Amino acid sequence: MADAVLFEFLHTEMVAELWTPDPDPGSGVSAGRRRPRREDGVMGFRVGQALGERLPRDTPAFREELDVLKFLCKDLWVAVFQKQMDGLRTNHQGTYVLQDNSFPLLVPMASGLQYLEEAPKFLAFTCGLLCGALHTLGFQSLVTASVAALPACKFQVVIQKP
Amino acid sequence: MSRPAYRRPEYQKINKDLFVLTYGALVAQLCKDYEKDEDVNKYLDKMGYGIGTRLIEDFLARSCVRRCHSYSEVTDIIAQVAFKMYLGITPSVTCNNASRNEFSLILDKNPLVDFVEELPAGRSSLCYCNLLCGVIRGALEMVHLSADVSFLQDRLKGDKVTEIGITFLKKLDEKKYRRKK
Repeated sequence: MADAVLFEFLHTEMVAELWTPDPDPGSGVSAGRRRPRREDGVMGFRVGQALGERLPRDTPAFREELDVLKFLCKDLWVAVFQKQMDGLRTNHQGTYVLQDNSFPLLVPMASGLQYLEEAPKFLAFTCGLLCGALHTLGFQSLVTASVAALPACKFQVVIQKP
Repeated sequence: MSRPAYRRPEYQKINKDLFVLTYGALVAQLCKDYEKDEDVNKYLDKMGYGIGTRLIEDFLARSCVRRCHSYSEVTDIIAQVAFKMYLGITPSVTCNNASRNEFSLILDKNPLVDFVEELPAGRSSLCYCNLLCGVIRGALEMVHLSADVSFLQDRLKGDKVTEIGITFLKKLDEKKYRRKK
């Protein structure tokens, strides 16, 4: 079975490649073509959708929105990152803040304030992942992430009402 | 439960699925970005190269490979140790020439294509797993071995087997290859 590090290596390479200027001389753009952030998120979304279908769901039906978010914080996070989310807060009106104090995709980078500017690139894929998983579970959402100090980060999930 | 949650077998499979699914999403995205198959193949190889140059350290740290004295030994280690460690498969190795610098890895199973039944329409020249070639090439270069690595046969293209060809280009320098402590 694939070692967990393979995903980390692939993710790092995707961030590095998808965020560098494209040196293609045929593009006609002197500054190069910088890919927009949404492509990482789009890929993450597709993967999240697929993973959402594969996760073992012990409870046959989620009673509430909060149950679904708890499921993501525990089961999805454990399956993908081998740890649970460290905190979940909500305003009980559709907005949730998921806190990870030691996000595995940021841990190898640095701790503290170094690379703070770069950090969001490493979160775009995972935002898409959460969004995709929620979609499979029946929820439209908007997911954004913020970093105050590596390797801690917060994912903000806003459930969109139909 | 005394067993940590992440050891549940379903979760371990998800971990493997995560890499395979992410790779699939990447290939799909590249197919959107590049019209020509050759460009996608080149990009996958380039990304694989970048991964390989870093993966080699991870590999050397985890495995206890001894110093290699021949290209044949190096290829055996790639097939029996590295592929096994990262992808859970053990390709068989054949040597293709008398000078013993051209080898093939025959992949019976390939987890990267677990969810791929056939190549997308109009993409008959796509080397779906070309990342692997770049990874091998990049990793070898970090241990001072220069090689050409490419797919010689591909089940996704209708061939009977999937075969990766490795051609070592420079003479093996014993002094330069050393096991990382």
